[in-house]
Amino acid sequence: MPNVQNQTAYESLDGTTLQDVRDSFELLDDWEDRYRYIIELGRKLPKLPQDAYNEANKVRGCTSQVWLVATPEGPEHRLVLKGDSDAHIVKGLVALMLLIFSRKTPDDILKTDARAILEELDLRQHLSPMRANGLFSMLERIEALAASAKKQTA
Amino acid sequence: MDGQALASPASYDLDSVRADFPILSQHMHGKPLVFLDSAASAQKPRQVIDAVSRFYETGYANIHRGVYQLSQDATEAYEATRETVRAFINADSTKEIIFTRGATEGINLVANSWGRTFLKAGDEVVLSAIEHHSNIVPWQMLRDAIGITIKVAPVDDEGALDFDAYEALLSEKTKLVAFVHISNAIGTELPAKQMIAAAHKVGAKVLVDGCQAAPHRPLDMQDLDADFYVFSGHKVYGPTGIGVLYGKRALLEAMPPWQGGGDMISTVTFEKTTWNDLPYKFEAGTPNIAGGIGLKAALDYVLAIGFEAIMAHEADLLAYATEKLAPLNDIRLIGCSPKRAGILSIVMEGCHPHDIGTILDREGIAVRAGHHCAQPAMDRFNVPGTARASFGLYTSRADVDALIRGLEKVKSIFG
Repeated sequence: MPNVQNQTAYESLDGTTLQDVRDSFELLDDWEDRYRYIIELGRKLPKLPQDAYNEANKVRGCTSQVWLVATPEGPEHRLVLKGDSDAHIVKGLVALMLLIFSRKTPDDILKTDARAILEELDLRQHLSPMRANGLFSMLERIEALAASAKKQTA
Repeated sequence: MDGQALASPASYDLDSVRADFPILSQHMHGKPLVFLDSAASAQKPRQVIDAVSRFYETGYANIHRGVYQLSQDATEAYEATRETVRAFINADSTKEIIFTRGATEGINLVANSWGRTFLKAGDEVVLSAIEHHSNIVPWQMLRDAIGITIKVAPVDDEGALDFDAYEALLSEKTKLVAFVHISNAIGTELPAKQMIAAAHKVGAKVLVDGCQAAPHRPLDMQDLDADFYVFSGHKVYGPTGIGVLYGKRALLEAMPPWQGGGDMISTVTFEKTTWNDLPYKFEAGTPNIAGGIGLKAALDYVLAIGFEAIMAHEADLLAYATEKLAPLNDIRLIGCSPKRAGILSIVMEGCHPHDIGTILDREGIAVRAGHHCAQPAMDRFNVPGTARASFGLYTSRADVDALIRGLEKVKSIFG
């Protein structure tokens, strides 16, 4: 497992970074408060442009819907990620994924162990393959996008 | 008022029934498990668990082949299940009881064997608007393969069948009507007997998906007159991977086998193979022997309590839950057909079913969140999905009270 503490936060939502989430979770031991925090994090996600809610951006999920838009930026092809979901908690988890991955280089994305971070935050249960929330598929898509971006820059 | 205010019909000793289900004493996230997902799969009583493990420990051998005692005993035990199933649904003969992996396989068997033999392009298959995907997709695959037409009988805003519209769909072109006896998504009990009679009037055959009916209603094939009836063992307190396809004997006799292999043959040469008799013609390969043994224990268990008592208990729970839910603002039930089973399909204003399910999970309450493999039914009511609480014979008023408290917590978090 990589040292998740040392991963730099590249992205912020309304000033909240991945490190802020970690620090807050240190203080919140009640699951209800943690969920409330995740829900609040989701509320910080800006809406996607209307036409972004299309089939191509939809990530396979069963219970709730997840949309993901990835735009490579700059010479390093850093992936700028935007996303949304129709369920509050999933939306919060999408926000968390963006804090973890957005604006990283394809190489850094592939080196990032999101599973370990979610484990650390005690949210790992949301990432099991059969979990019907689309988060696992979202992670797979981010990794696939990074892999193909890496190939193009190689 | 917590449980006492309404008179409870003491139809059976609920505490001792609950004690038969070891899993009900588990805790989830530190809270007592409140299991309200029996429509997805029911929990198993000790009697079923013991029957399966006893069989593996002392009685296991392959069946229908061995000359030795162990195999003969195993064969007898497995075939005893067939007789129990026959009696459970009041079929004419054990030759009409085909064991499958589950209801889904039963429907696929009928679509592939009967459908491909007796249907042709232009023939019509009528489904209801609240079918499980298992009773939609096999017919769509058949449509794409041979060109049948699928018609859909609508339901009203309460989720009850629009019977006039259903009858209007029937014509001499209708060759099959396939419908769900009780909807897994919204609990509606369709008027199966009347629907079957109407279908027979135009000469159509009828397949009924009885997954949710088998655990909750007594079944009588003589009275119902269905041509095919399917259900799954695991929803009626039995093991997974074992299910039943009932078919009228004359129909089954006329149908070719679907899968080929061992057990389903009479003689095999490289030139020609002849089929075994019913029911084995449709049972290729070594079956789920232990599953069959467990299914017998499950059906015996249900019959020992009796459907009169089970129905009274579950009707009481449904009335109790409906009354308790009524004062909760922002909560709406999808499906309120006067005839329905113990299924509460819940939507909450401003809150996704997935959110409801996630919070309830933390409270130890297991419900299903989503479209329940019935997307067209969800579309009918313009919801992406629901949070579904469903009852079993072990469900208590205390479970309902926990659900109500859980939903209040959901409201406090998202409200």
